Amino acid sequence: MSEEMECFTGWTAALRRVAAVVMRHVYLLRGSGPRILELMYWPTVQMVLWGFITLFLLEHSSWIAQASGVLLSAVLLWDVLFRGQLGVSLVFMEELWSRNLGHLFVSPLRPGELAVALLAMSLIRTLIGVGGAALVAIPLFQFSVFDLGLPLIGFFLNLIVMGWAIGLAVSGVVLRYGLGAESMAWIAIFAVQPISGVYYPIATLPEWLQSVAWFLPSSHVFEGMRAVLFEREFRLDLLLNSVVLNLCFLAVGTATFLAFFRNARVRGQLLHVGE
Amino acid sequence: MSEPVVCLEAVSKRFEKIVAVDNLNFEVRRASTTALLGGNGAGKTTTLSMLLGLLLPSAGRITIFGVDMLRRRYEALPRMNFSSPYVDLPRRLTVRENLTVYARLYGLRRVAARLGTLADELQIADLMHRPYGQLSAGQRTRVVLAKALLNDPELLLLDEPTASLDPDTADYVRGLLEDYQRRQGATILLASHNMSEVERLCDDVLMLRSGVLVDQGTPQDLLRRYGRRNMEEVFIDIAREREIALDLAGEQSAR
Repeated sequence: MSEEMECFTGWTAALRRVAAVVMRHVYLLRGSGPRILELMYWPTVQMVLWGFITLFLLEHSSWIAQASGVLLSAVLLWDVLFRGQLGVSLVFMEELWSRNLGHLFVSPLRPGELAVALLAMSLIRTLIGVGGAALVAIPLFQFSVFDLGLPLIGFFLNLIVMGWAIGLAVSGVVLRYGLGAESMAWIAIFAVQPISGVYYPIATLPEWLQSVAWFLPSSHVFEGMRAVLFEREFRLDLLLNSVVLNLCFLAVGTATFLAFFRNARVRGQLLHVGE
Repeated sequence: MSEPVVCLEAVSKRFEKIVAVDNLNFEVRRASTTALLGGNGAGKTTTLSMLLGLLLPSAGRITIFGVDMLRRRYEALPRMNFSSPYVDLPRRLTVRENLTVYARLYGLRRVAARLGTLADELQIADLMHRPYGQLSAGQRTRVVLAKALLNDPELLLLDEPTASLDPDTADYVRGLLEDYQRRQGATILLASHNMSEVERLCDDVLMLRSGVLVDQGTPQDLLRRYGRRNMEEVFIDIAREREIALDLAGEQSAR
């Protein structure tokens, strides 16, 4: 080994490699103003749209009138889930688009370390995108999602972890089926939106679908959010359910990504995907 | 005799019904430069990919520096590197940013100093601030070669190292590789279609055809055995399966 190379081993070396991949994507973001604007664009447009809908419904809906921030909180928290997933999938697809996987995986970088770097970038992108929209909402609608208080941290973490789990699984699918499957990155998350109870209580769903909904960490988060807003009550049980389900989701998402990665090594896709 | 740096034992790779590499056995000596030759589809890239761990063989065993690449490849990877004109670097990042990222992936200590040295050696100092995607094919080849030399690899795997380079730059790069190999005592395995490059750089030649190792030896051995003046003619003989005819002709003339 070269004398110029650091002798870090184990976790220290792994963290340095993760940081190197994060640095690669920060360079990309830093070098492109439109990319940063794009991160904030959609969450802000959504927030503005639902802000005006809220203003309208405040006068026409007694349910909304009880907790005026329920729709805007839901919009912003949904975006945490969506941006969390998209952050993982898009950053991974950047590597495919640039046909860089071959170089990455002949370096000492391990697939698990790439996965951690994807999660870190997803966190950065989500904080920029949703954080920006949340700040714009304060002067525009006199609404602050931060008024949810400490439970907001639990909601945020659970939603982003669920986004990561789905994002890792989607990245694995894209690696397996090529960039032809990249639209999965944009649409996969919407399969869970109707049954996550984002804008309405889970009780609204047919009974059989409610049983399915309770298997999603997001359903527990949005129910928990409504409990805070309507009843001023923090439901620890819902948060814990979400954490346990998320552990399962993350394990399945990571296993799917790693399985497809191994499959890509069998099929020779690490050199050719992206072409 | 020292242990070989690369050792392949009965390595095969099948993609469903297609046999890309069949029962490959060879060794690469330490501090040698070995060429992996063959026509398109002969199995060169497949072999290089398996050596790098990017592709899992269907059967057989690969060891590099005595490390089983199927089980413990992360022990060998920091001591190796790779360049290919067919694998890109992120196009929107500048050359400096790209090389910095890879320098950190390899855990280099003095990144700026190392980049400065390589920029001078590969004549890319003027390109460091430019996005990789804006470079010409020849400039990109040099940048990817710089990436391949970042960690002073003991084993360098090169896929067509002078593809897309003009004759002057190609000659410079060959000189650089010769110098690097001598200075570091490095082992180089390269796939190339440029036979004058092979004659100049290589101590050993491995000839592949349809995924099978059909001949091997020093360039001088092969020239003598095939009765040819240059490696290009040897390559064509082997690619067109003329060796049997040559053997027969040799036997007849001996009578």
